Amino acid sequence: MERTQKQDQQTAAETKEPRTGADLLVESLINEGVETLFGYPGGAALPIFDALYKAQSAFDQILARHEQGSIHAAEGYARVSGKPGVVVATSGPGATNLVTGIADAMIDSLPMIIITGQVAQGVIGTDAFQEVDVMGVTTPITKHNYQVRDVKELPRIIREAFHIATTGRPGPVLIDMPKDISGEIIDESFSPNIELDLPGYQPTTKPNPLQTKKLAEAISNAKKPVLLTGAGILFAKASEEVLEFAEKYSIPVTSTLLGLGAFPGNHPLFMGMAGMHGTYTANTALYECDLLINIGARFDDRLTGKLSSFAPNATVAHIDIDPAEIGKNVPADIPIVGDAKAALIRLLTHEIEQPEHDDWLVRIHENKEKYPLWFNKPEQDMIGQWVIKQVHEATDGNAIVTTDVGQHQMWTAQFYTFNKPDKWVSSGGLGTMGFGFPAAIGAQLAKPDETVVAIVGDGGFQMTLQELSILQEKGLPVKVIIVNNQALGMVRQWQEKFYSERYSQSIFSIQPDFVKLAESYNVKGLQVKSQEEFIKAIPEIFDYEGPVVVDARVLQQENVFPMIAPGKGLNEMIGVKP
Amino acid sequence: MKRIITATVRNRSGVLNRVTSLLQRRQFNIESISVGRTETEGMSKMTFVVDVEDFQKLEQVTKQLNKQIDVIKVSDITDKAIVARELALIKIVSNSQLRAEVQGIIEPFRASIIDVSKDSLSIQVTGKPDKIEALIELLRPYGIKELARTGVTAFARGQQPSTQDGSSYSSLLG
Repeated sequence: MERTQKQDQQTAAETKEPRTGADLLVESLINEGVETLFGYPGGAALPIFDALYKAQSAFDQILARHEQGSIHAAEGYARVSGKPGVVVATSGPGATNLVTGIADAMIDSLPMIIITGQVAQGVIGTDAFQEVDVMGVTTPITKHNYQVRDVKELPRIIREAFHIATTGRPGPVLIDMPKDISGEIIDESFSPNIELDLPGYQPTTKPNPLQTKKLAEAISNAKKPVLLTGAGILFAKASEEVLEFAEKYSIPVTSTLLGLGAFPGNHPLFMGMAGMHGTYTANTALYECDLLINIGARFDDRLTGKLSSFAPNATVAHIDIDPAEIGKNVPADIPIVGDAKAALIRLLTHEIEQPEHDDWLVRIHENKEKYPLWFNKPEQDMIGQWVIKQVHEATDGNAIVTTDVGQHQMWTAQFYTFNKPDKWVSSGGLGTMGFGFPAAIGAQLAKPDETVVAIVGDGGFQMTLQELSILQEKGLPVKVIIVNNQALGMVRQWQEKFYSERYSQSIFSIQPDFVKLAESYNVKGLQVKSQEEFIKAIPEIFDYEGPVVVDARVLQQENVFPMIAPGKGLNEMIGVKP
Repeated sequence: MKRIITATVRNRSGVLNRVTSLLQRRQFNIESISVGRTETEGMSKMTFVVDVEDFQKLEQVTKQLNKQIDVIKVSDITDKAIVARELALIKIVSNSQLRAEVQGIIEPFRASIIDVSKDSLSIQVTGKPDKIEALIELLRPYGIKELARTGVTAFARGQQPSTQDGSSYSSLLG
């Protein structure tokens, strides 16, 4: 097969087929350094896929089985590689199947390039076959979007799209390609050196020195400082600086869900994740602190809880590259617009007095001792928390871990200690079921030599499990651990707590045989029902060179604790102690 | 509180849709929008009158607008010395006997009659929104058949006074 394609390529080169808009698009992608491309063909995108066929040696092309799989895989790739994830899909249903992933990438600030085919310009607006107003649909969920109206604009648009997606606060940029533009014969020679002309887009990366100085002074005066690390630190590659900064001034650190790994999870200054299912220590510290330094987090409501109880007595410093995040949810006393790394480097240059807050450190330390995360370990049966601890031990905490949304996600955030950056891939802001498994595929493609574990729920896995095909095709050794409680765990938990145990549509009485299902995709499948079985299976999972799907049967009734009930404040946690 | 915000934007396809969709999904209440070309080729200016709860919300409006790639500059000009104008077309019930009476009412507003028919009159008026409001109220008793307003368009005066009394917007916006 491969040989035939190569021959075709040669023939194309020899006969000098005329270049089309789609060829120009592909050349632009090569010029931007794209190596991996996630796609799904269809009518309006056929010229693009034809151009990709001709240029296939330039990319690793990944065919998912559903566009949603493509885009979540591209998100996983983007999160782990730091390079933009590139997705190509066709018009209409192809494009709308991407919508969830685009929204997910938008809210979690992932750099993405989405190329959609569109019906020919002559029929745009006529409700043509497979036509959707993709610009209208995606305007609210992209950082920017383009519809190509003139093939000559294509190189500029691609250049701008990559620049916009990857700079400032990263985000998804969509390019809609009408079929006639893709198919148009061009004679222009492609010029990759396009000068950017974006007067309306000039992200501020260098922080204002007066503001950083103000923060430095606030630190030396603070009696109860707290540092909140968000995913902005990961995007800015500022983990070393944040560690140096926290250690220099002995500031206790907490993290958002997506910021995990930006600061070492096993560091004595680390208090664990904050928010709805965060630690008592972190949430209490946020409630009591007199100085809160937020670096690269957007004060999501799952973090803050009731706003009036969020750091009520604190001077709030907020460092963010996106000025619109500063003061959006929580007013900032010291606003610092800039890149996290640049801001930290600047802060570290200020000669400031060492703060005196030993009492505060003692209190934090005591809380950590007294109120650690906990779970009841049953005799034999498994529970999610225990499973995650086993995975942590088996991988030495070094794996790249992806999750969906829900109980397994929170347990992973709580019990898989992330000590290094870029090991954690989860759907935070959008809370997308079906994200974790394809994201693991993207992560494994980006980092072929690392252990990639997808920790998924039985609900979420059933949304995108058809992507097992990619594991088979590409030989990716992804380890899928289904934390299977035969229910939509978090929904079940909320129904138990807030809807008088009326379990409406949240319990799966029938499930597929996940082992046979995996095997049908040529992937090794295992079912484990007890602690003993799980421990025995660990070498089979992690020493095995290929992909594995583990159906880990856990108790259905287990809940995620501690918890801040919706509408409550950081000081109103329940389930802090067994 | 009502604020006047101007945005200089690039004339790229979908920019108006982008801006209004942004304001809508963030639940900013738009009272009026007017858009037109500027002195610079490829640039347009939008003038918004928005009704916002407080300054925090106002700051969000301007920041979110500024985030748009095709938006070059956003200014809240409410508290500046500004020139703000609106155009209204008002069609009222009338007849030949009433025409002189109406003429008398609109004259102090420097409005003009731009169309006459057997049973109606069309009046054109430009000015600050409160002036237009006042004229509409005076004409209402005759019976308004049709009313069309452009929304405010505005920019800062060439010279700004050195001190601000801070009350300029209320008089401009009624």
